[in-house]
Amino acid sequence: MNWILILEQALNGLQLGLLLFLLAAGLTLVFGIMDLVNLAHGSLYMMGAYFCATFTGWTDNFVLGVLLALPATMLLGMATEMIALRKLYSRDHLDHVLATFGLILFFNELVRLVWGAPGLDIPLPPFLQTSIQIAPGVPYPTYRIAVIGASLACAVGLYWLVVKTRIGMLIRAGASNREMVGALGIDIKLLYTLVFGLGAAMAGFAGMMAAPILTVQIGMGDNVLILAFVVIVIGGIGSIRGAFVSALLVGMIDTLGRTLLPALLNMILPPVAASTAAPALASMLIYLLMAVVLFFKPEGLFAPRG
Amino acid sequence: MRKVLLGCVSMLALTALPATAQVKIGFVTTLSGPTATIGNDMKASADLALEHLGGKMAGKTVQIIYEDDQQKPEVGKQKTDKLIEQDKVDIVTGYIWSNVLLASYKSVVDADKILISANAGPSQLAGDQCNENFFAASWQNDQTPMAMGEALNQKGVKTLYIMSPNYAAGRDMAAGVKATFKGQVVGEDYTKWPDQLDFSAELSKVRAAKPDALFVFYPGPAGVQILVQHVQSGLKGQVPLYTAYTIDSLSLPLQKEAAMGVLGAQEWVNDLPNAENAKFVGEFKKKYGKHPSFYGAQSYDTVMWIASALEATKGETKNLKALRDSLRKLNYKSVRGPYKLGNNHFPIQNFYLQDVVKDADGQLVLKTVSTVYTNHQDLHAAKCSMKW
Repeated sequence: MNWILILEQALNGLQLGLLLFLLAAGLTLVFGIMDLVNLAHGSLYMMGAYFCATFTGWTDNFVLGVLLALPATMLLGMATEMIALRKLYSRDHLDHVLATFGLILFFNELVRLVWGAPGLDIPLPPFLQTSIQIAPGVPYPTYRIAVIGASLACAVGLYWLVVKTRIGMLIRAGASNREMVGALGIDIKLLYTLVFGLGAAMAGFAGMMAAPILTVQIGMGDNVLILAFVVIVIGGIGSIRGAFVSALLVGMIDTLGRTLLPALLNMILPPVAASTAAPALASMLIYLLMAVVLFFKPEGLFAPRG
Repeated sequence: MRKVLLGCVSMLALTALPATAQVKIGFVTTLSGPTATIGNDMKASADLALEHLGGKMAGKTVQIIYEDDQQKPEVGKQKTDKLIEQDKVDIVTGYIWSNVLLASYKSVVDADKILISANAGPSQLAGDQCNENFFAASWQNDQTPMAMGEALNQKGVKTLYIMSPNYAAGRDMAAGVKATFKGQVVGEDYTKWPDQLDFSAELSKVRAAKPDALFVFYPGPAGVQILVQHVQSGLKGQVPLYTAYTIDSLSLPLQKEAAMGVLGAQEWVNDLPNAENAKFVGEFKKKYGKHPSFYGAQSYDTVMWIASALEATKGETKNLKALRDSLRKLNYKSVRGPYKLGNNHFPIQNFYLQDVVKDADGQLVLKTVSTVYTNHQDLHAAKCSMKW
């Protein structure tokens, strides 16, 4: 175990954490402001990736593909909200879960019909396909650095939008008291549609960023959605700041756990037991973290007021 | 309303009609989710085999009933039970995944039916849990990585890092490489299966360990991710990759150039020179417009094997002993060429080294490089008490 490895793993953890944040931010916004449990958030992540693969294929340019796929995913999200989800707000959470689970099946089948079952790949432009020396003799994939940069920029942009702009003020107001916002003459329906579109665009962006690493597949959002739910539960449902902190925490703990745990267990257990226990334990770490956080702070780390 | 009801009733009546096929074969594989491409390839190949047989075995009409296990052991077992109890199939086959097979096999063998695995070959069923009703048309899991370990010795590799998914077959694969590789294993990682697809943390550990080579076992779509990430991490020039069940004609269209020069071991490659194989590969390409995979080749073999056994029993499926004896004779021409059956009903066969090259049209194809093992038997056969 050396410092370069730890540094590399910290970068890996940061990258995973930031991707999780992009996904979780939309989820927590929608839950916090609209009080809607959206299981289909992972489908928007998948749709973003499929849009990006298609546009990249048409334009032969990954960056252009992302820029085109972002508004496409946002529009898809807004359309989904207007057609399917708007009717659900007055109903209870179980109905949300059932309806949005239906949406998962719908989107998976849609993708199978439109794009086919085998999945797609997104070729990276040559300048992203290489690696950068982060320390002497230690190359790190350029693309993963780019993902870190783009996700951080997105996080800063979201902060600016929510804290510094009029729309952001309305979003925060909607989160604290939705009736009051409506009474003051703000079109709350439009606001909800916008928020959902924003969340969809961010989920789609996460999908696009992950796509060249993980390839584009049916159901690619279903597993990562579970992690996103863990993130928002740890962070406090409805809190973007909480989502950011806990996404980084989850990313770091998951990555470093997978690195350090086998070595640690090897010191205290016989090799056979260690090699059996380490992978199982490493994949449980984030859930253990969630259990501990829930025990001490049932509302999450940064529970919003009200 | 009455019309609707009448419609429902007549539809029910249609589905409730007894199947007219005289022989029924149950086929459990993965037909939904990310690994459905494997199941569809097996189904396509089994259908092709039945087509080549004219839809009949020993003059009796045959129906293959496909069931989707969703790559989940509990679902696989349910579907197996359904095939046995509801459809009353005569023989059960399929099974891509070792954990699904291990959960399901008792339902079949305890019901006194024959089970033929068309892919999974868990060590348990080759060793002390071997069963006279269980046959494998594929291999024992350890064999392919053992061939890879031997190939690594021949390449002069001294230090090796192993990455494998944390489930029954993943453990067997790692054990297989370690059984024959003579150098030192400097690191092992077992990743969460099947949902971990980002291997950045493990690849960083590989770089830090500086091995001569990296062995991986990632079947299905995960095989695309591991290859792509291996290239992106810049390891391709530093630590060469060696594989088992990671590159096949299903994953190759997505792996593309990342797969070139990455060696793998396999008991069947699409270019093996025998008449049956030429027919299978040629007809498959003509019918479906793509190359078959080894999953397909084994499924094609399984159907042909069952047909040969039924010919011997004159289509009789109820006489278990006669059926078993004729299966043991292995009286069919396999697309992998001739092979034998061990006492544990697992094949004793050749293993080849395969590479990815560009063919005359610039298409990436799998190519046999050399024969690593001739007539190789798995290590667990000695633990099987079955004699025949």
